[in-house]
Amino acid sequence: MSSNIVIKAENISKQYQIGQIGTGMISHDIKRWWALMRGKEDPYLKVGMENDRTQKATSAYTWAVKDINFDVQQGEALGVIGKNGAGKSTLLKLLSRVTAPTTGQIKIKGRVASLLEVGTGFHPELTGRENIYMNGTILGMTRKEIARKFDEIVDFSGVQMYIDTPVKRYSSGMYVRLAFGVAAHLEPEILIVDEVLAVGDAEFQKKCIGKMSDVASHGRTIIFVSHNLLAVQSLCKSAIFMKAGTIADSGPTEKVINNYLSREIRNCIEAKWDMDKAPGNDRIRLLSARINVEKQIDGQDVIDVNTPFDIDFEFYNGVDGQGVNLSLVLYTTSGVCVFNVTTPVAKLSKGHHTSRLRIPGSLLNDDIYTIVLFLVKDGSSVLHVVEDVLTFEVLDVKRGDTGWFGKWVGAVRPTMLEFTID
Amino acid sequence: MSVTTADNEKWDINISSKTSLLDIDIKEIWRYRDLLVMFIIRDVVTRYKQTILGPLWFMLQPILTAVIYTLIFSRIARISTNDTPPILFYLGSLTLWNYFSETFGIISKTFTENANVLGKVYFPRLVLPLSKAISGIMKMLMQFVIFFGVLIYHVFVTHKASPNWYALTFPLLLIVIALFSMGAGLLITALTSKYRDLSFLVVFGIQLYMYLTPVIYPLSIASPDKQVWLWLNPLTAIFEAFKYSFLGANAGQWNNFWLGYSLLFTLVMFLVGLIMFNKVEKKFIDVI
Repeated sequence: MSSNIVIKAENISKQYQIGQIGTGMISHDIKRWWALMRGKEDPYLKVGMENDRTQKATSAYTWAVKDINFDVQQGEALGVIGKNGAGKSTLLKLLSRVTAPTTGQIKIKGRVASLLEVGTGFHPELTGRENIYMNGTILGMTRKEIARKFDEIVDFSGVQMYIDTPVKRYSSGMYVRLAFGVAAHLEPEILIVDEVLAVGDAEFQKKCIGKMSDVASHGRTIIFVSHNLLAVQSLCKSAIFMKAGTIADSGPTEKVINNYLSREIRNCIEAKWDMDKAPGNDRIRLLSARINVEKQIDGQDVIDVNTPFDIDFEFYNGVDGQGVNLSLVLYTTSGVCVFNVTTPVAKLSKGHHTSRLRIPGSLLNDDIYTIVLFLVKDGSSVLHVVEDVLTFEVLDVKRGDTGWFGKWVGAVRPTMLEFTID
Repeated sequence: MSVTTADNEKWDINISSKTSLLDIDIKEIWRYRDLLVMFIIRDVVTRYKQTILGPLWFMLQPILTAVIYTLIFSRIARISTNDTPPILFYLGSLTLWNYFSETFGIISKTFTENANVLGKVYFPRLVLPLSKAISGIMKMLMQFVIFFGVLIYHVFVTHKASPNWYALTFPLLLIVIALFSMGAGLLITALTSKYRDLSFLVVFGIQLYMYLTPVIYPLSIASPDKQVWLWLNPLTAIFEAFKYSFLGANAGQWNNFWLGYSLLFTLVMFLVGLIMFNKVEKKFIDVI
């Protein structure tokens, strides 16, 4: 019986060694070798912990991916989502053969091309033309194939004029476009793509997504890893949601994304740390962050586009008389930066302090937002950055008589702006 | 979850951590031959970009070194090159030596220097060292032209060099050196992927090794009991044979026994290097 499965992952796990590799590790290597010589199991395969980056490591080993099984059908576009550290990138590296799994195996049918970054192998001294060939062959194309696609690639990237100039003279935009141009014209049976789309402007991203769905509709298989849920949604019919190195959910994209949002995103409107685990350093530590809303539905805080709410922080200043200010950057989960606001610099005594940002109603759009907080000294030197402090969702409300029920575009929806017809 | 192994299917790629001793997929390397060509072009083309003399620098390098060596080793240290003009002697053996030391040096850093690319994309890892060995040969052949020019001058004008038919074995000698430097380089890069200590020794080792190889002197100036020890160096017989065939019996010796020894040593070295490289290539990126 011949099935349509082109990728079959069987119990794959990947263990990484963390911390420094050096003098201390050689004793582990010797023990491991000694165990293998006696025909025993590798003693360090039993240890290792879940990959939780917020905790301090308690073992020298961690499982980035643990016991994963999945099949991919021919022509399927599979999205892989999950938070940072969930094992997405490791899974990609395993699939693209950059590294081998610690246990288990992956079987693949057909030619694979993987794009873990754009422009792999680009050499600054080589011209655009030479780099197209360099990069293309690295990605597994033959020179004949590249020659056939050459004009298309140049067209796609729009660098005709500079094609015989060394790429070190390119603007970063041209460089990326050329690199992606090569990648977009690969014709493998299986394409593995990491978040390369994070580069480039919106128009270019659109072009890339378009190109990728083109590829998918031609019966080729795509595995796409991204933070950009919208991109995953528009490209992939099915998805895998990874959490702590395992598959938390898989199935139709819609269902998996909803599950992901409800399990990973919404509950994040309050964060608290003990002093010894709090993000920061001896000069300053963030102790808690919380979103305070007046409205509640079913005992849950709910923010809609009209709700004003507060974001409260509590932090510990470790140096008496230190000039401190907080700088907050708000992002949508698709990675668009909405704004950056800062407090004035305050000379603070040693001890606990609080801070509050008021967000008025009628400012944010319906979307999911995350907060990155910079703890800054004297308004200029960053003491610490806390990523993804909080994540919250702003819900839509029934709109007036606009007649439009789709998603309202934009990172903000400032309905307080006056816009009238006389 | 139990995996039902109704596995009569044919899979093209099987990714797991298991490796047999020598599973080198020659067919796959052949499929990536265009990449090999591109790596070679990149090596040769990028070396002298933005220079006025361009590839001429390939040729100037050995001349300059040979002049310096003539001053230091011949004029000041008075190390004899027998009857052969020192500049010709050095030019010849340096052309060969530079090929070995550069190829070995760069291959021994395959993993560390290319971690960037190797961490992002798969291609048969062996393509990289192979491309270095070949681009090195191309560079060496350019330098060989200079040596050949000076040789012609000394053959017909000063009559101080007497090439013979053995010179036709040159391509074979070159292949042996290529295999030897690849084998040694692969071994070192495999051994230094996790613990870097050895790579410090390599830099120093190559310099020292030159003096153990008859590069700046003919073997015949060493006393017979010391010569035996020097023959044990697998490069000795090759260098002696090279000098014998191009410069004449004053400059080197042709010794079938030791040439056989060199060949055997090289093959073993190449095999060992290949096995070690093969063993670490799948996972080195985790520890680099």
